[in-house]
Amino acid sequence: MDVLHLLSDGMLLALQPLNLLLILIGVSVGLFIGAMPGLGSVNGVAILLPITFLVPPTGAIIFLAAIYYGAMYGGAISSITLGIPGASTAVATTFDGRPLARQGRASLALVTAALASFVGGTIANVLFTLFAPLLAGVALSFGPPEIFALMLLAFATFVGLGGDDIPKTIFSICFGLVIGAIGFDQISGAPRLVLFDMSEFLKGIGFLVLAIGVYGIGEMLWTIEQTRGEVETTNPKMTMRGMAADAKEATKRGWKGSMIGSFLGFFVGVLPAAGATPGSLMAYGVAKMVSRKPEEYGRGTPDGVAAPEAANNAASTGSMLPMLTLGIPGSPTTAILLGGMVIWGLVPGPRLFAEETEFVWGLIGSFYVSNFAALLINLAFIPLFIWMLRMPFTILAPVIFVLSIVGGYAATRSMFDLWLMIAFGIGAFFLRRFDYPLAPAVLAIVLGPIAEPTLRQSLLLSSGDPSIFFTRPIAGPITIVALILIFLPALKLLRRIGARKPAA
Amino acid sequence: MRIGEIVTAGVLALFSLYLMWKSAELPVGYIAGTGPGGGAWPFWLSGIMLVCCGCIAFNWWRRTSPPSQSEEPVLSPSGWRMLLFVGGGIVGFVALIEVISMYGALAVFLFYYTRFLGRHSLALSLSLALIAPVTLFFFFEGAMRISMPTGMPFTDPVFNVLYELIY
Amino acid sequence: MTISKRGFLALACAATLAAAPIHAFAADWQPRKPIDFVIMAGPGGGADQIARFIQSVAEKKGLTRRPLVPNNKGGGSGAEALIHLTTVNDPDHTILVTLNSFFTTPIRQENLGIDIMTFTPVAMMGVDPFVLWIHKDSGITTVDQFIETVKSMNGEYVMGGTGSGQEDSIVIAYMSEAFGLNVKYIPYDGGGAVAKDLAGKQIMATVNNPAEAKGFYEAGDFVPLLAFSDERMEAYPDVPTIRELGHDFSYYNQRAVVGAPGMSDEAAAYYQDLFTQIYESEEWQGYLASESLSPLWMNAEEQTAYWAKQVETHRKLLAALGG
Repeated sequence: MDVLHLLSDGMLLALQPLNLLLILIGVSVGLFIGAMPGLGSVNGVAILLPITFLVPPTGAIIFLAAIYYGAMYGGAISSITLGIPGASTAVATTFDGRPLARQGRASLALVTAALASFVGGTIANVLFTLFAPLLAGVALSFGPPEIFALMLLAFATFVGLGGDDIPKTIFSICFGLVIGAIGFDQISGAPRLVLFDMSEFLKGIGFLVLAIGVYGIGEMLWTIEQTRGEVETTNPKMTMRGMAADAKEATKRGWKGSMIGSFLGFFVGVLPAAGATPGSLMAYGVAKMVSRKPEEYGRGTPDGVAAPEAANNAASTGSMLPMLTLGIPGSPTTAILLGGMVIWGLVPGPRLFAEETEFVWGLIGSFYVSNFAALLINLAFIPLFIWMLRMPFTILAPVIFVLSIVGGYAATRSMFDLWLMIAFGIGAFFLRRFDYPLAPAVLAIVLGPIAEPTLRQSLLLSSGDPSIFFTRPIAGPITIVALILIFLPALKLLRRIGARKPAA
Repeated sequence: MRIGEIVTAGVLALFSLYLMWKSAELPVGYIAGTGPGGGAWPFWLSGIMLVCCGCIAFNWWRRTSPPSQSEEPVLSPSGWRMLLFVGGGIVGFVALIEVISMYGALAVFLFYYTRFLGRHSLALSLSLALIAPVTLFFFFEGAMRISMPTGMPFTDPVFNVLYELIY
Repeated sequence: MTISKRGFLALACAATLAAAPIHAFAADWQPRKPIDFVIMAGPGGGADQIARFIQSVAEKKGLTRRPLVPNNKGGGSGAEALIHLTTVNDPDHTILVTLNSFFTTPIRQENLGIDIMTFTPVAMMGVDPFVLWIHKDSGITTVDQFIETVKSMNGEYVMGGTGSGQEDSIVIAYMSEAFGLNVKYIPYDGGGAVAKDLAGKQIMATVNNPAEAKGFYEAGDFVPLLAFSDERMEAYPDVPTIRELGHDFSYYNQRAVVGAPGMSDEAAAYYQDLFTQIYESEEWQGYLASESLSPLWMNAEEQTAYWAKQVETHRKLLAALGG
């Protein structure tokens, strides 16, 4: 097998002492950057890019890819231990990771996340190795109508995410979508929704401003209010045996989610416009849909942690594919990696695989090695994170607030956004009191800015004819499935109301 | 709670109306041949938000949602106190950033929270208020190369020395 | 409607001459804290790549006492970055990597009250030309065939580009006007997305910068038809310019570095000297060549004059575009 041969060469290259050292450092750095709320792989990769001039290009990209991997693992840590999704890809991880941590099972959640990330990464790597050129073609066949159909499918999975109060859930989704539309209208180029005519709104409201506001401030205030500031720290000490037991339980209760997440995440990640966030969200939704015990979701089931975590790791590998084969970045991080390749004198694009064999396969080999290294390093650090959770809450709480504010500033570099974050936080605290679910808003602010332009681009393509979403061979089936998923609960509801009326 | 529920719905309805009005600065209709106008997406979604507020009010009137049945206050007196002390602390923190720099402000906030809200010992509070900013300084400025606000000009001498240290 | 370009030699001489006196008094001022290196675009775009390239050259050669810290502020077509520069309280440590939205955004958003003539000129690192690309499967090989096909499709010919009122739409609008074409224009959020959808044949033609289309061109997927540069481009010697076809037009995206308004003369001299060194470096010259950027070196006064001219040009172009 030609591929196996190339791959083993690549792995050997990745296992060279210098490259292996770079992988270990990169993964550890990435892990901590990813675990900081507000910072993500983008920051790590961007900051360390100039340093990579000291090593050869292959070593440099291996280092940066290792950071990328480490950060993807790290994202789950802040979602589970702090309850703040540090990146949009980790929002879905909070749904079950946070409840598990509350029940004193943070270690189970962390171990599940680590194992699922590993599974996701590995499956994605294998798919990548075998089908890279083929999948590049698939990525190209997704134009605006297909991406919009996919977003519709992601929204369909929202239906199951909210609370019991349907108007409040829908309100939350729409709120996120509208907030995401603030700034500029991409299609007409005109400023839009510049609230109170403050020019600061021209730049729009970023995901992190809302997410850190809602989770880092709102949710924290809520916890303090509910417990009067005295959260009992129930997390038991970490022992080797405890971790082994957790690993066993994680495998038993999380394998299904991991599988769903791995495949779904990879395929969504390959599409340049979509990225890891819809992938992780859809994985969560699908895992819940096919589960025999959907009621466990949101209350703390390992499957609910495994699905999004496997998905976001698989997606991060997936997003490397369009970057390498087409020269098109699937995420901000890969965009910076792409810039790096240009600096090193490599031309990403259709000919990279043919011309830079050693580089490409060294990188792919390093994916496997990084993934394994990330698993080990992550597992090794879990006791540290559990120890953090055992701190008295009156120390942990101010530290989380500080990390939220500092991280929020690091991400936005804007005092205005910090004030906005606090406003969202206090608003979220009160809305939470009245049972408004807020996770849908946080996800909608990510998906809205993808969905709206693709919707309008599609309609421009079709001269305003909405049938474009049904007649195209790929968009059609996706749209129809999405619509069924969206309207099924509505139909059930109508039937229930209809059934109740005659009785009353 | 019951009053709070309808007041919240009312405030959100007003906000939705404001968003609709603001979106309408751009065309909100369906333009033949090109699809929806620039304001259509936020306009109609804000419209749905408004409808949702209506449904929430209707549920309130029917007393079906839990908050509309509850007679307990929105926040207990101790809850309001918590919000004032903790929320106020955070607001003070952010306000201080522009005066005594990010690191100064976070030290003050940590000390305030652990000493006065957490009732920890003076030694613990002080050491936390010292260690945290120093660690974060080296992490952000040194390792991550992200510069935080330095506050008013009078902090400059301190930062010039610190920058000299790390670069 | 012309952006003049100098010969390479003249430029090198001018650069050396301009740099010589600066060296003498630049040592007086040194940055005391990290330099806020603002980028007028999000991570990954052309401007961002250039900024990171510049940063890495500075880092590699140890040119600055304090690091250049890239700071992406791409929101609102660059409005975010311009507002940031005008309101910054330490103009001596704030510089900006610009593209043409430096000219267009203040014209389109007059209520921002931004006057770019108050900004401090630092360096013109090069200009990025535009080229008309089509997919090889369309079978078109010449501009004439292209014009014929577009006309025969009666408004159904689909072209993609960056957002309305931005560079791509200006170029396409001029071209359509010049050749009497009627195309359907789909705006995207960045050049990369445009190139991808041309490769996937979702759209039929684009006016990407060469850097964005290079990979697909080398793989044989994209065919260049027409260059919007003053002279034929070295990398595409067989591609005619629009000027050869009798239209007095050329359009480049500027890749320039400017300082915040109110920067002290000493600081400005420091940055001008710094970027002269970067510009003259082997790395930057190699980058210009490999990414098909045209050199267009200017000193501070020339830059200011260039801005004034560009503002006028863009005012006219945007007025013709109807917005």
